Amino acid sequence: MLVKLLSGDKPRSLALTLILLAILVALALAPFLFPGVRSLETAARICIFIVLVASYDLLLGYTGIVSFAHTMFFGLGAYGVALASIHMGRGYDALLTGTVLGALAAALLALVIAMFSLRVRAIFFAMITLAVASAVAVLVSQMSGLTGGEDGLNYMIPRELTPAFRLGELFGVRINGKVLNYYLVFFASLGLFLLMLRVVNSPFGRVLKAIRENDFRAESIGYNVVWYRTIATCLSAATAAVAGSLFAIWLRYVGPDTTLSFEIMLDILLMVVIGGMGTMYGAVIGATIFVLAQNYLQTLMGAASEATGGIPLLPQLLDPDRWLLWLGILFILSVYFFPTGIVGRLRAGR
Amino acid sequence: MTIAPTHKPTFADIPLSERLAKATPLLLVPVLVLVGLAAIGNPSSWLTLTVSGLAMGMMIFIIASGLTLVFGLMDVINFGHGAFISVGAFVGISVLLALGGWAGAPSLLLNLLVVLLAVIAAMIVTGGLGWAFEKVIVRPVYGAHLKQILVTVGGLIVIEQLIAVVWGPEEIFFSRPETLKGAFTFWGAALEKYRILAVAVGLGLFVAMRLVFRRTKIGLIVRAGVENGEMVEALGYRLSRVFIGVFIAGSALAGLGGVMWGLYQEVITASMGEELMILVFIVVIIGGLGSVEGAFIGALLVGLLQNYVAFLEPKLALVSNIALMTAILMWRPQGMLPVVKAK
Repeated sequence: MLVKLLSGDKPRSLALTLILLAILVALALAPFLFPGVRSLETAARICIFIVLVASYDLLLGYTGIVSFAHTMFFGLGAYGVALASIHMGRGYDALLTGTVLGALAAALLALVIAMFSLRVRAIFFAMITLAVASAVAVLVSQMSGLTGGEDGLNYMIPRELTPAFRLGELFGVRINGKVLNYYLVFFASLGLFLLMLRVVNSPFGRVLKAIRENDFRAESIGYNVVWYRTIATCLSAATAAVAGSLFAIWLRYVGPDTTLSFEIMLDILLMVVIGGMGTMYGAVIGATIFVLAQNYLQTLMGAASEATGGIPLLPQLLDPDRWLLWLGILFILSVYFFPTGIVGRLRAGR
Repeated sequence: MTIAPTHKPTFADIPLSERLAKATPLLLVPVLVLVGLAAIGNPSSWLTLTVSGLAMGMMIFIIASGLTLVFGLMDVINFGHGAFISVGAFVGISVLLALGGWAGAPSLLLNLLVVLLAVIAAMIVTGGLGWAFEKVIVRPVYGAHLKQILVTVGGLIVIEQLIAVVWGPEEIFFSRPETLKGAFTFWGAALEKYRILAVAVGLGLFVAMRLVFRRTKIGLIVRAGVENGEMVEALGYRLSRVFIGVFIAGSALAGLGGVMWGLYQEVITASMGEELMILVFIVVIIGGLGSVEGAFIGALLVGLLQNYVAFLEPKLALVSNIALMTAILMWRPQGMLPVVKAK
């Protein structure tokens, strides 16, 4: 049963199994184990980023294509929910319509981009997605009539999912709509993750891996490489859009900075590489470590920057705003020295 | 004895349609300029826009040429190229600000001298940085595109952040040297002096590059290396050394482009390179990866189109480049002047 749920892709390492179980339990019981607004916020972010990173890994780790447009698809889902909620009024039907339309739009856009670039050279894809994604980001901030521009959009979601909805107490924790909302995010993320695990362990996923290893050989065996790559792109785009929708439902706000910025794209890249490319479990570990570090390490850096106040250059290097500098260095080092990421290390060290 | 069948070779002229097809990419620029004239109607604003479009195109070309050659020669795609633009701009502008007295003097000679010094400083620093970048970041990942993209993006972030550490996170505003400010009036059209200088520099550089590639031995080796690297190596040339040279030259050119772009905008930010890279990638793709001439044509097209569209319909300016790229890739999926690889 359990193995079937995981699509036969067992963690294959005791340490990895324990870590994954710990993350699962912590996320499942987050409202009770770590009460408080900030920790619940962190937990929801982790859930959503696990899905987002896993969908990116489907592209980068399994198919071997680099895309810089993943945040664009993420944003499409988020803006889908926001626009539907504004124009259709508060309600579950608006959330559902927004999610479905956002995912469809993402898949369609991915199809068009893939058709243009993948049939020539896989490397075109990286450059074209970068160009298209930046154009979309600028477009969204310019078309303020529709998208709210830089300010983004605020909207109403059903009352049952907001903190105003009270249900009573359980184990000393007040259950309100925010907790219900969290469980919506959690179970949707879990479902999507298992679905992606199913995809990569299917015969389709096996072909993707064959293409990643040697596209020429895969073509010779008789697989239509362009077609497989295109489908993987669309699938990954649609999943990212659904993750974006979840994010929009959770935050009740969308804006270019939270969904479309290039910085989030870099975060995703880093999470995939740290966790381990080409394993879905890498997404879980990468996203968890990264989001935790982002939320709690920056405070530490601020303290370190103040502590080294007297020394020249060090305070500037340790400034919390220079967080990306250390991220970049970590990123380069992990591509060189841990191309298989944490998961690869754990599995090899068995 | 039978008479041997005739094998007389026939010298057929290439039909006009085929010649035209070969020359189409070259014709695109004048065609676009004429279409722009028809669409805008007013000759004086058209002239202003054309000059600024050409200036922008030239600057993009200067940046793109290094990138496209690096790709053609060694199949290395450098996403970190944008970092050299930013570094070049910051070094160049720092020199300019340090020599503020010269830049403020109303003498053309002193002003040009200060710009020249800024450019030389920027090119030396970015060339050196390019050398280090190649050694530390690109060298270990030859032949693996996926890793190349990831690692060079990482390098881009690190260098951008280091700029913020050294020069501070805020953008720097400044003004151009005294005699490069202002504009000529020509046929009722205002032509900014600096833009004309930029066009002249770009054109001069393109001609110089063409001469180097067509007339010198090193140019011959580079061109042959792009077409068939293995064969060049078999003839005894160390292509990896040539490649390092090209990488350094390309980085220095990106630094030059950065200074010119900074002077054009009169403001520099650490992320300017990253933003420019999007245009540069479009240019490199539509020109055909590895082709310097293609990059030249592509850059002019992008610069002109962006300026025309920004005048006619400001909201479409950004989408226009994507549309141009889409149209050209539909017509020629490999880019306008693809490099023929003998493999």
